[in-house]
Amino acid sequence: MTPRPWGLLARFDRPAELVGAAERAREAGYRRLDAYSPFPIEGLSDALGLRPTRLPLLVFAGGAVGGLAGFGLQVWAMAVDYPLVVDGKPFVSWPSFVPVTFELTVLCAALTTVLGLFALSGLPRPHHPVFGADGFERASRDGFFLAIEAADPLFDANETRDLLTTLGAREVADVAE
Amino acid sequence: MKGPESEVLGPLRGHDFASVEDRIGGIVLARKAPRAWTAGIAVALLLLLGFLYGTTYLLAVGVGIWGVNAPVGWGFAIINFVWWIGIGHAGTLISAILLLLRQPWRTSINRLAEAMTLFAVACAATFPALHLGRPWLFYWLVPYPDTMGLWPQFRSPLVWDIFAVSTYGIVSLLFWFVGLVPDLAAMRDRARGRAARMAFGVLAMGWRGSAEHWRSYETAYLLLAGLATPLVVSVHTVVSFDFAVSVIPGWHSTIFPPYFVAGAIFSGFGMVLCLVIPLRRLYRLEDFITDKHLDAMAKLLLASGLIVAYGYGMEAFMAWYGGGTYEVYAQTNRFRGPYAPTYWSLLVCNVLVPQLLWSRRVRRAAWALFAISLIVLAGMWLERFVIVVTSLHRDFLPSSWGMYAPTRWDWVLLVGSLGLFGALMFVFVRLLPMISIFEVRASLPQAHVERGREGGQ
Repeated sequence: MTPRPWGLLARFDRPAELVGAAERAREAGYRRLDAYSPFPIEGLSDALGLRPTRLPLLVFAGGAVGGLAGFGLQVWAMAVDYPLVVDGKPFVSWPSFVPVTFELTVLCAALTTVLGLFALSGLPRPHHPVFGADGFERASRDGFFLAIEAADPLFDANETRDLLTTLGAREVADVAE
Repeated sequence: MKGPESEVLGPLRGHDFASVEDRIGGIVLARKAPRAWTAGIAVALLLLLGFLYGTTYLLAVGVGIWGVNAPVGWGFAIINFVWWIGIGHAGTLISAILLLLRQPWRTSINRLAEAMTLFAVACAATFPALHLGRPWLFYWLVPYPDTMGLWPQFRSPLVWDIFAVSTYGIVSLLFWFVGLVPDLAAMRDRARGRAARMAFGVLAMGWRGSAEHWRSYETAYLLLAGLATPLVVSVHTVVSFDFAVSVIPGWHSTIFPPYFVAGAIFSGFGMVLCLVIPLRRLYRLEDFITDKHLDAMAKLLLASGLIVAYGYGMEAFMAWYGGGTYEVYAQTNRFRGPYAPTYWSLLVCNVLVPQLLWSRRVRRAAWALFAISLIVLAGMWLERFVIVVTSLHRDFLPSSWGMYAPTRWDWVLLVGSLGLFGALMFVFVRLLPMISIFEVRASLPQAHVERGREGGQ
C-alpha cells in the first residue's frame, strides 16, 4: 500500500529560480504553496502571497504589558504595600522608577518576540512530512525548494509535476503524508 | 549595497552555499580539535579551577579574605564587575546596532561577539553576587511576595542593576539563540553521529527553512536588534548610576552614563579583537574574517577610545570649572595622590597607545592590533580601579581616609574569571558554528535576486 501523498517538492539550484517558480505557480492558480531555503530570500514572501507577519503588534503589546506591570509593581510596593520614606522622596517618586520600568518593557517585549516567532512558525515541531522527502536535507545547505500540497484543489499528481518541471525544477520528489 | 559589501567580503567570492558550511560547520563536526584548542582549554580550565577554589574559600570564610575595608568598601569585585559587563557591550553593538545601520561586514563576527557578550555577562554577574556577603540570599534582590513582607528598595541603583544586568543577560541569550536556530538546523542535517544529530535536532526545534519561518524570522531578528540597542545603552548607564547617584566626589557626575557606555564599547572591541585574531589564525578563517574586518573594528576601537579620552578630559575640566573643594581634590588626588601611577598608566593605555590606530598599516597588522587590544583591556581595567578606589579612599573627612590593597584572593578571582570566560569560549567554538553560516550565505553575490526578474531560465 502506498502512503497518501502530502504533495510534491521541487528543487531549484538558484534563489532567483525559486522566486520565479513560486510566482508562476501562483499565477497558475495554486494556493497551498510553501518554499524552503537555507537563508531568507528577498521577494519570496511576496511571490508566495504571504501576508505580513503580525509579530510587531504582539511585541508592542508584550512591551506595553511589561512596562505597565513594572511601573505598577514599583508603585504598589513602594507606596501602597510597604510605604517607606527614602531620601525624603515622595512615595510615588516616578523618576527613580524609570530604569526598572524600562528594563521590564524590553524584557517582556523580547520574550514576546521570541515566543511569538516560534508560535507563529509552528515550532517546536518534531516532525513534518517534507523531512521524509529524498534530498530535503539540502534545504539547509544549497537547495531551494518549492512545495505544492496535495490539499490544493488544483493538485494533480501528474499535471502538477509537469508544471514544476517546466518551471525549471532540477528534481521533483513525492512527499508522503 | 553592492559596493561596500563586495569590498568587505571580497575573498568570499570563491565560496558557494555549500563550501561556506563545510568550512564553518566543519570545525564543529570535525572529529578532532586542533592541538592549540586542547592546550588552550587546558589552561582555561586550570584557571577556572583557581576561580572555584577562590569562590569556595570565600563562601566558607567571608569577604574578609578580600582587601575591602572602610573606607574602600568596593574593591576588585566591583572593578571586575564593571570591566566584564563593559566587555559584553561590544557584542551587542556588533550584533544589533551594526545590523540596524546595515553594516554587512558584521555578518562574519556577530556570532562570536554575541557569545563573548554572554560569557562576559556570566563572569560579571558572579562578582556582585560574591560581594553580597551571603550570596546564597541573592534572591532577596528580586521582588517576590516573601514571608518577611519586604520589597527591594526600588529607588536604589543597586536594584536597578539587578534588573538591567539580568534583562541584558536574558535578551543577549535570546538574540544569540534565535540567530543560531537556522545554523543548528544545518548542523542537524549534516551531523553524522547519532548523539550530535539528536542534540542539534532538539535545539533546532524542527526548523525547516520554510518561507513562513523566514518571514517571521527576519521581522523578529530586526525587532530584537531594535530592543537590544536601547537596552545595551541602558545597561552601562545603570551601572554608572551605581556611582553617579551617590554623593562621593569623583562619582557624582552627569558625564558618567555616556562616558561609561563609550568605555564599555571601547573595552569590548578590545576583547573582540583579542578573540578574533587568534581564532582566525587557528582555524584559518581568513576568508571570512578578512583584514578589512580587522580594519573596521580597529576604527571603531579608535573612535570609542577618543570618546573615552574626551570623558577623561571633561572629568578634569568640570572638577576645575565647578570649583567644588572636594571635586577638585578628588581630581588632584588622581593626578598626584598615592594611586597616581594607576591614573597615568590608564592614560597611556587608553589614550596614548590607541592613537597608533590612525595608521592604516597598524590597523592591517593583526599582531599589532592584538597587542594594542590587550593594552586597551588592561587600561580599561585600570580605569575602573581609579574610579572605584581613588574616589573612596579619600572623601570628605581626612580623619576617615585610608588605603586599599588587594589580597591574593582578589587576584585569584580576577585571574580565575578569565579562566571561566576562556573555558566557555573554547567550549563554544568547539560545539557551535562560530560564524553565522546562513548570514554569510545570504551575503554571497549568488544569493541576490534581482528585482523584476522572471525566474526559470
